Formats: sequence, C-alpha cells, structure tokens
Amino acid sequence: MIYPYIPHTDADRRAMLKAIGVESIDDLFSGLGADLLLEDSVPISHGRTEDEVQRMIDSIAQRNVRGIPFLGCGCYDHITPATVRALSSLPSFVTAYTPYQAEMSQGLLQAIYEFQSMICEITGLDVANASLYDGANAAVEAASLMLAAKRKSRVVLVSETIHPFALKVLNTWALGTEHSITLIPQLDGTADLEKLESMLGDEVAGLIVQTPNRYGLLEDYTSVAERLHANGSLLTISADPLSLAIQKSPAEWGADIAIGDTQALGLPLAFGGPSCGYMAVSQALLRRIPGRVVGATVDSQGRRGYTLTLQAREQHIKRERATSNICSNQALAALMTTIHLSSLGWGGMVEAAQQSYAKAHYLAYHLAQLPGVTLVWDKPFWCEFPLVFSDAKRMRKFLQELRNEGIFAGVRLSSLTRKSADELVLLVAVTEKRSREELELYLAAARRVLK
Amino acid sequence: MSEPLLIDLSKPGRKAYCYPPLDLPRGFDQALPELPPELQRQTAARLPEVAELDVVRHFTRLSSLVHGVDNGMYPLGSCTMKYNPKLGEHIAAMDQFTQIHPLQDISTVQGCLSVMYNLLEDLSSITGMSWGSLQPCAGAHGEYTGLKMIRSYFLKRGETERVKVLIPVSAHGTNPASAAVVGFDVVEVKSNKEGLVDVEDLASKLDHTVAALMLTNPNTLGLFETDILKISEMVHKAGGLLYYDGANMNAIMGMATPGDMGFDVIHLNLHKTFSTPHGGGGPGSGPVMVNDRLRPFLPKPDIELTDSGYVYRWDDEDSIGKVSMFWGNFLVILRAYVYILRMGSEGIKAASRHAVLNANYLASKLGQRISIPYGKLCMHEFVASASALKQQYGVTAQDVAKALIDEGYHPPTVYFPLIVDEALMFEPTESESVESLDRFIEAFLRILDLAKDDPKILKDAPHHCPVGRLDEVRAVKEPDLRY
Repeated sequence: MIYPYIPHTDADRRAMLKAIGVESIDDLFSGLGADLLLEDSVPISHGRTEDEVQRMIDSIAQRNVRGIPFLGCGCYDHITPATVRALSSLPSFVTAYTPYQAEMSQGLLQAIYEFQSMICEITGLDVANASLYDGANAAVEAASLMLAAKRKSRVVLVSETIHPFALKVLNTWALGTEHSITLIPQLDGTADLEKLESMLGDEVAGLIVQTPNRYGLLEDYTSVAERLHANGSLLTISADPLSLAIQKSPAEWGADIAIGDTQALGLPLAFGGPSCGYMAVSQALLRRIPGRVVGATVDSQGRRGYTLTLQAREQHIKRERATSNICSNQALAALMTTIHLSSLGWGGMVEAAQQSYAKAHYLAYHLAQLPGVTLVWDKPFWCEFPLVFSDAKRMRKFLQELRNEGIFAGVRLSSLTRKSADELVLLVAVTEKRSREELELYLAAARRVLK
Repeated sequence: MSEPLLIDLSKPGRKAYCYPPLDLPRGFDQALPELPPELQRQTAARLPEVAELDVVRHFTRLSSLVHGVDNGMYPLGSCTMKYNPKLGEHIAAMDQFTQIHPLQDISTVQGCLSVMYNLLEDLSSITGMSWGSLQPCAGAHGEYTGLKMIRSYFLKRGETERVKVLIPVSAHGTNPASAAVVGFDVVEVKSNKEGLVDVEDLASKLDHTVAALMLTNPNTLGLFETDILKISEMVHKAGGLLYYDGANMNAIMGMATPGDMGFDVIHLNLHKTFSTPHGGGGPGSGPVMVNDRLRPFLPKPDIELTDSGYVYRWDDEDSIGKVSMFWGNFLVILRAYVYILRMGSEGIKAASRHAVLNANYLASKLGQRISIPYGKLCMHEFVASASALKQQYGVTAQDVAKALIDEGYHPPTVYFPLIVDEALMFEPTESESVESLDRFIEAFLRILDLAKDDPKILKDAPHHCPVGRLDEVRAVKEPDLRY
C-alpha cells in the first residue's frame, strides 16, 4: 500500500520489522492496550490526490471575496517588493527549525541578527529579540516584563486607546492572576495622560500606550516617560513600525520598551496571520527580554559567527522561572520583514510612510466635505482615520454601496469593541498602495451615497 | 565562507526598490497639513542601501548556510521534523487567501472560515475531543491557553485553592513555564525506573490544591504511559483536570486518542504533527482542543455554522477571551488542512505507524552500540545516552552531535530530557526511507568508532562548516546583538 509522503514499500516494512524483531507494526503499539486502541478509522474523509485537493481548495477559495481594501485596524495592505516572497520561500529557510545547532544554521542566525538590528534602528532602542507571536502578545510580554522589573508591583496601566483586540488579549492574560490592568481613559480620541499623576503608586509597574492608536490618531507623550520614571515605573510604546519612519520613535519619547507588529513591513494580509510581533528594550532590560535572542561571537579560530544567546532567561533552561514561556516564534515572518526592509532601505520606508500619510489625508479631506459624516476629532493622524456617521442606516448603506463597487470602505469599530457606543465609527485606512483611481472611485461612490 | 552584513554593503543613494510617484492633484500636497513638529522623528534609522541583486544574493547565500528538512535528515527529537509537502506551500501562496483582510465583512470570508471550521472538525475527530480554538500561534501558546481555561474553570466553580499544576520531570520546558505565566505553582512528579510517571509519587501529591496534571503521552522518552487510564482516574477523583501536551501526537494519530485517555484539554502543534513547515523557528500553530467540560471556556470568537453560513460567536460568557490579535496563524492552519485532506483517515494513521516503525528500526540498530536506558520498544522517538562514551573516551553528547553535522545530518535533540545523562533524543519521523535511515546509522557508527580511535576529531567537530564551535561564554558576557 502506498501512502502520500511515506516512502516505505512492503519489502521495506518486512525487512524493518524483522530487524526490530517483531511480527507486525501492531506489535509496536501493544503498550496502548485494548482499551485505548481504536477499532475503527478516525471519522475524517479518505485521502485525496494532489489534483483533487487543489480542486477542492480552489472551490473553497472562491467563497472568499476580494475588494479594494481600505481596511486597517492592525493589518494593512502595503506594497511589498517581489524579493520578499521569492527569498523567504527558499526551502532551507522554510524547512529548518529554531537554530539550536549554530554551525549549520549560520544563515538563519545572521538573518535574525539583521532583523534585531533593524528593529533597534527603527525604534531607537538598544536590544531587540527574534520576534513574538503578534502585536497583542507583544503587549502581554511587555506587561510581564514591566511587572518583573519592579519589585512588589502588580498593576499595569493601559491606555483605553490601544487596539481593542490587544486590550482583549491583555485582559485574558490578567484573568485569574494577581496582576491587574487599570485603564487610562481617553479624551477626544487620545489617551488622557493628564490623569497619569493621580494613578501612579508603588504598585504600578508601568504604562502601555499605542500610537497611532485604535482610531489611527497620533498621540503626544511629552514628559510621560519622566513622570513614570520618577515613580520607578516603565513606559511601553506600541507602534506600527512603518509609522516610525515619520513619527517620533519610542526612544525619542524616552520609552523603555517598544512593541508592535511588523505586518506593515512585508507581510500579506493573510486573514490576519501569520504576522510578527516585535519587542525592543533599553540596555537596562537586556536580561529580562523574552524569547530568542541572537548574538555575534567567534569560534576557536577567531572567525565571526552567530548563536542563540542569553539562554539562561528561557524556558528550556529556567523552566518555571523563565522570563516567558515562548519557544517557537514567528521566525519566517521576521525574515520576510528583514528582506522587505533590506529592499526598501530607510528612504523607501520614509517614502511609503509619507505617501500613506498624504493619501489618507487626501481621502479624509474630501470625505469631510460630505453631509452626514464627520472627522470627529481634529487631531493628527497617519494612514487611518475615524469617520463618524450621523446614523446607523446611512452607515450601512454606505458600506453596502461601496461594496457593490468592489470597495471595502472601512472597519466598523463596533465589530472590534462590541460596544454600541462605537456603532457609528468607521475606521478608514489608506496606504501608499491605493492608487489615485482607487481613491477617486471611493470618493465618487461616497458622494453618490452621501448626497 | 562568510557572508557580510547587508548594511556593510550599503552605498548611499543605491536603491533596491522604487515607489510610484505620488499622484495627488496638483496643489493638494501644498494643502497637506504638516505633521506637528513635536511628533516628528528626528533621527534616521540605518538600513541597507543596496541594489535588488545585492538583496537577492545576500539572502540566497544565507539560505545556503542553513540546513532544513529539504536539505537532509533532521531527527530532532520532540520536534517532528517531517517532510513539508510542496502542495501546502503552493496553496498557502494563493492570492485568494493571502489577500484577504481579517476584518472583512463575514460574508466575504466564508472560504477562510470554512477551512478553519472543517479543520476543527477533523482535529476533534483525530483527538477525540469536542471542539477547539485555532487562535494559539505555537505549542507554548496553546499550553498557556489551555491552562488559562483550567484556571477559569476552577475560579468559576469557586475552587480558588487549586493553585498547583503537577508536571513530570521529563516534561518539555514550556510546560512549567506556561503554568507559571498563568499563575500556577509548579510541582514536579517523579519518574519511575521504567521512565514513566511514578504513580505512587503522583498519588502523594494529589489533593484539593491540585488544578491539573500536564502530561505528554507518549512521553519525552518516547514511551507510552501505560497507566494512563489509572492516572486520569486518580486525577479526576481528586477533582483535578488533565492537560495533554500534543508535541508527541505524531506517535498515535488514528491509533488512539487523548480523549479516550481521559484528557480534558490538549494542544496540538500543527507544525509538527500536521506537517506545516517550521520556518526557522516559526510561525507554528498550537490549537487547543477540549472536552465538553471545558468547551464554554474556549477563546472567543468561536466559529459556528448557521443556515446563512459561518458566523463568529462572541457571546460565550465563560470564555477566557482572545489570545491572539486576530484569528490565529491562518496560512499555517490552511497548510495543515491541506495535509489532512491529502492524507485522509488511512494516511494519518499510516503516518503514525511508520513514524513508530522508523523510530524502532533506528533504535534497534543504534541500540546495539549505544545505551538506550529506557524501554525495549519505543513509540515515535527514543533517547540514547552518551554517558559511557563520556566515561571511556571523554566524548560527550555534544561532541557526537557536532560530528553528525560533519556527516551532513542535523543532530538529535541533546541534553533533554533531563532524566537521561548525556541525552541524545532521536525522532526520525515517517518521512525517511529505510535507505536514508541506513546511511544515518552508518554515519553514527563511524562516529562511535572515532570516539574510540580518535576522540580529538570529535572534540573539534564540526570541521566542514563556515564556523566551528562558537564561544558561547563570550556571546553572553559581551553581548553583540545588533549592528
């Protein structure tokens, strides 16, 4: 019998069983006992040929509908150079595992070292790790790190303006533990950091804020780090790394930890995953950073080489005393970001960020002229902005009509927060990838609906 | 052969990529509000400035310095480095999946949801569990999610005193680390002289403060816990729950289920058992599967099939909430689904049977020359000990591993599990042919001969790599972590 991906012939099986000294493969499973051995096949379908699987998947894929995406909220449709897919598909990158054996993994280790370097350069901080699962889980790791860094602390302050899903993931993390999350309220779409003073105490490990925030708005963190540091607390800034090509970096704000998701740097939408969380920290937090870290060193002949390092932090050494439980991360996605950044250079990053800024402002400016919608808060934004409708019926009609034109007009905030207060808010994202024609198509349809 | 850093090939002004010019109407750029100066970045980041061919050659050369499953045998124990079918790569690259946004209207993502729903059905059948969640991004993330559900289950029942998780000494390091992250106290359970859970020791530690026992079955020695039904009865009787670490699920697909063994929650590693590529350390996918008892606590949103198609369900009150940004590592989930479609019921069973056949064949041959301290027969993996080599010739497990690299093989897992001295943990998987195993055995026996005849060669191995053994101490003492 021939099975897919299993090379054994009948003769092979006979010879191997003989070498082992058993009669049949079933003998190898005798330890499971009659109580546990399944009598029948598992009730899933029979195997299929490659061609049958491809046809079946083709028909499933047809049930996905594509449109021109003006969708964001943590996942953006940016231009990606062809090098990213081509080079990240090289089989040895794809089919290797964590580079435990440095000598036969130098290429992977060096690529991670370059990734760490680029994340440090972009955030302005000193040390970056090899990746985390995603931006939301990077927030969880930042919260854990801040708690570990301050004795007897148990509270993490979190701005109400961070991504609604990241907030949900943080709430799950805090559930049933001795840690708690205290929300910093928002004022007109950004974190109300005037309230910070009254919320700082010995129990506060640090603060997590996000810019651009859940509305796409850019936040001002003037003197926030100083106030936290005076209390012995830390500052974590979550940011879309592409936005950092034009907006102040976490290090320039005085942050101790920078986190986020590198999806905007070379990763496809892919229904939301895999993306790639990143974390960079100040030198003082070097030995507290979670996850894999690659370092350069030398061999006995003085040749430069790369290896996993500072492993005394990690679960396979420290077990329950590790800085995190993370083992597998998002290595291949981090490689895609590294290739993307290598292709773009800093000039390309700035260009992409500026064009996104310009095109988003162009669309926002013209939408704001139309009746029945407003840009509620007059605050700086980058590539995404909140459009608020006068009533729900109008919003539904707007989304439907634009969809009929092949345009995905935006994300309803209430679909993320599940709150009726957010029902009239549509988040519209515009990247450098949206052409002039696509912008005009959006505006023309919007004018027809909102007349 | 060494490859420079790309940043060192930089030349100001050189470009590998150009954007189309900004084509907004004349005059609009002047009308564009400037980003307020206090929000503007002040310093440029140093990124490479190179041509496209520089990028292509750099990463192509780097890839030639990496050993993957496509390059050669990779018997890394507990990691299930089986062949990753090219069909999965082909399908995961389809625009109809890669260009779908996670927050599109649900009527436009029915294809993605059908993949996820059907995969959950298949995984439920394969594991004997009721339902699950695909949100966790890796095995350890699945452990975290499963333990979080256990925590919530006991909080809901008012059993706040259940703060301990029992974990065998042979368990993967992520088990105790995940338990600690969730806020449990970790208590070790001893192994008996057969390498299995010491049932007496377990009994002495079971009381009203125990929330769960975490177990890998077969365990990390590649041995099936033959007392599992007794163990699960004991734990349940004491009011605790059973967690199954699915890292070793490749041993039992289609042969037995964790559900029948009495486990309440399990995680799977789609990047191990279901053949999705490991990507140099990820992305993986670590679905959690549960029985009816824990089903209400699954992460949100659940996927439900209704008359109008697939919908998300957000209203489960007892749910622990979200554990990832969106819905999980979808492209990994898709590859696993493709694998199951291709293999079918008979195929997944054959995979486990041949994984176990290969491991036993390898063990029977290597066992003639090196000690395999536990078990006569094994499941999908086994652990040998280089302890005698060390005593006789001063050759360690590490030396053997490095010598295997010179032979063109990725070494087995070394120094794990901790209960075996100088451990070498082999998992050949079902992908290797008997000829491939025979070549590996010959190489391994050559190394054992060298240990006796010329141990220095092994101590200095590897000899045929771009670098020799690296100065790990220096890497820690003088961290050089970025350019």
